[in-house]
Amino acid sequence: MAKKFMYMNTKAPYGTVYALESLEVVLIGAAFEQDVSLAFIGDGVYQLVKGQDTKGIGMKNFSPTYAALGDYDVNKIYVEKESLEERGLSLDDLQHLVWEDEDEDWAEKDSIRLVNRSELADVIDDQDVVLSF
Amino acid sequence: MATLHTVNKSPFSSNTFDDCLGLARSGSTVLLFEDGVYAATTGTSSAEAIANANGVTFAVLGPDAKARGVEGKIADGIKVVDYDGFVDLVAEHDKVHAWL
Repeated sequence: MAKKFMYMNTKAPYGTVYALESLEVVLIGAAFEQDVSLAFIGDGVYQLVKGQDTKGIGMKNFSPTYAALGDYDVNKIYVEKESLEERGLSLDDLQHLVWEDEDEDWAEKDSIRLVNRSELADVIDDQDVVLSF
Repeated sequence: MATLHTVNKSPFSSNTFDDCLGLARSGSTVLLFEDGVYAATTGTSSAEAIANANGVTFAVLGPDAKARGVEGKIADGIKVVDYDGFVDLVAEHDKVHAWL
């Protein structure tokens, strides 16, 4: 039976390897057809900032991978509102992530769900497995 | 003694930026690089602290800001430098204090 997996992303990209490693594990979990959710809190929200260009630092830009998550049925992406605001960011600063709903003639739907801290706590409470990166 | 301070940690996940600001003397320069560049982005308490830090010059390493997609959000009055500019800053100061 599929379990509910929550991957908590808490660190900025590139400064440490956590963000990239989380993505790898998320894609593995999705391949095993588990019920996958992602949460971005704290500096983790920086992972989704659009317009990343790593040519100048000689590292792989893995941010386009987030846009592919919808194709792996990973479409529950929770972003904590308080974390965005503390960093002077809004949803407009993040990539627009979508997925296609095959039950509704492949209608394109938003993957990102902006939630406050209390709402996110409820989502986490409902999970079977929580992994933090 | 003009000091170049370098900070490479996010101000939200480490005390490094606050500690550096508390000890940086007038006439010194703070270079923000790697995850330290987030401290210079508009709408944050760290950018406000930078605006209120009299006599201290701030610079951001451009390639790190660009990699993180925040090059367009660097607050006014903060200089953006490239790797050559980083070297120039090191050469212009008497010593480097690399905060970790």
